[in-house]
Amino acid sequence: MGTIHYFAKLAATCRTVFDGMAITFSHLMRKPVTTQYPDRMDVRVQDTLPYRYRGMLEVDLEICTGCLACERACPIDCIVIDAKKDKEAGGIVMTRFDIDMAKCMYCGLCSEPCPTGSIHHTPEFEGADYSLESLVHRFIDEPVLAFKPKKGVEPDPAIAPLLERGTRYLAEFAAPAAPATKPAPKEAPSGSDDAAG
Amino acid sequence: MQAFVDGLIAAGWFAALPTQVVYALAMLLAGALVLFVFIRLVAGSTTWVERRIWARIHSRVGPNRVGPQGVLQWLTDGIKLFMKEDLVPAAADARLFRLAPYVVLMGFVATFAVIPFGSRLVIAEMDAGLLFVLTVTSLIVVGILMAGWASNNKWSLIGGIRAAAQIVSYEIPAGLSILPIVLMAGTLNLQELIRQQGWAPWEWYVFANPFAFAAFFLFFTAALAEGNRTPFDLPEAESELVACFVTEYSGVRDLMFFLVEWGNLYVIGALVTTMFLGGWNAPVLSNSVAVQTVVEFLVFFAKAYFWVFVAIWIRATLPRVRVDQLMSICWKYLVPIAFANAVAMAVWVLVFPSGQPAVAAVMTALGGALIVAFFARVAFHLRRARVRSRQRLTLSPFA
Ligand code: SF4
Ligand code: SF4
Repeated sequence: MGTIHYFAKLAATCRTVFDGMAITFSHLMRKPVTTQYPDRMDVRVQDTLPYRYRGMLEVDLEICTGCLACERACPIDCIVIDAKKDKEAGGIVMTRFDIDMAKCMYCGLCSEPCPTGSIHHTPEFEGADYSLESLVHRFIDEPVLAFKPKKGVEPDPAIAPLLERGTRYLAEFAAPAAPATKPAPKEAPSGSDDAAG
Repeated sequence: MQAFVDGLIAAGWFAALPTQVVYALAMLLAGALVLFVFIRLVAGSTTWVERRIWARIHSRVGPNRVGPQGVLQWLTDGIKLFMKEDLVPAAADARLFRLAPYVVLMGFVATFAVIPFGSRLVIAEMDAGLLFVLTVTSLIVVGILMAGWASNNKWSLIGGIRAAAQIVSYEIPAGLSILPIVLMAGTLNLQELIRQQGWAPWEWYVFANPFAFAAFFLFFTAALAEGNRTPFDLPEAESELVACFVTEYSGVRDLMFFLVEWGNLYVIGALVTTMFLGGWNAPVLSNSVAVQTVVEFLVFFAKAYFWVFVAIWIRATLPRVRVDQLMSICWKYLVPIAFANAVAMAVWVLVFPSGQPAVAAVMTALGGALIVAFFARVAFHLRRARVRSRQRLTLSPFA
């Protein structure tokens, strides 16, 4: 090791330490980039997620037709529906609609065949809970009459927006798989023809 | 402090007690005050400061939940450690294992006997103060070796041996870089050293001449290595040695090692301040002794704590060196340079026995230029951050 090499090394040490310290010092004046989830944020994370985010499942019972398509589609049987034809009530009466979110793998297979977009994913992802039982989401407390799709425009102003959301959801989320089942009323008619044929 | 106690005795207090007992009690009281109030607070809050500063350098936020901005984080950490079980491994040498943290703590706390807080605030004004500090801090090596050996764990042992090798080696450049200052001042008494300097930067020893300036950097580097701080924190190289000699420790004993680690930073800062940076010297702001004492304390504390900050900042900047690099830095670079520096200083003192004010002025200007150059470089990096990554800038420490 020559003398020049020795001093060159020393100089390099001083220079690099000097510059390194300057870089780290400059970082003291930069704003931290940390997102302080969950309580110190300007907006909830859920609101920033994309529309097609597959979070916890939600059922709009008002537009559920009781067709059981979702129950059949689920590969791991998370969904349990009890529905019976009841002449007196004038349609299908549903007494139970449970989804076991502890088992669910968020594959989205259930929401694709739904004719009305009733069962759908929400951006809600905070599913932590103290017991497995409370992760079984029960959507029906007392028997309800299932929804019957009407021809043309939905007259009930309470249901129309739900249906609107459902069809939009299906169009965006489940469109590629649409031919397998009868699509939503407002879907392209060619698809329903194929299914009928 | 002795003068203060003498004054009390003369005023007729403690008339019933022999003077020696009064002195002993006063020492005990001062020791307890320093230990329980000052060291606890400084070492404790430094853990929080350190974590916040690292976080900012990493563009993170750091602990900010316990108390306003997380200032009480160190208290909760301490309480948590207190409640942990105090384990002694079955195969350990129980007696040595239990004793080691106290030895380490003793070596560290004893330095506070001579480290001043102000012109009147010092526990013991010792003529061989500097020597005393160097000596008692060696006790830490003994404690670390004890801990490493008694744990009966290969990581602890390797860590302990590394720490011992490192501390013993770096003691030499540290001593050799203290030597120039001692030659210049002609005293080992810390208070006397400070009294010889003034409050203005051009009266500080660091700027007295080029050799003192070099000695300052040499000493700070060697002191970092002695305190097992990054980039020389080989004994606690987590990736290689788990936690080195503290691997087997838990609870309060673990806490003691941490107290020493963080408290040691302050000791390094205090020594640097005392020898090179004018200590507690402050312009006379008030005729009242009490006010002036407080001012002196604040000046000293601010200077010493600045070096704590620098050590933290270095830790966030430099990578850890390898074992062989550690040794070559010490023996091939620091020792010869510090030795040449000491000899040069001896010649300088021989030629200019009473100093050279002109040289001091030039050195001060040089130091100022260095700081200006540094901030210019910082500004350059900030501009780049804004252009390249559109990072938002802020001067608030709590943003
Ligand atoms: S998302 Fe998948 S797993 Fe979950 S309920 Fe629907 S089909 Fe079943
Ligand atoms: S597929 Fe849709 S409409 Fe059919 S039962 Fe499930 S949620 Fe109701």
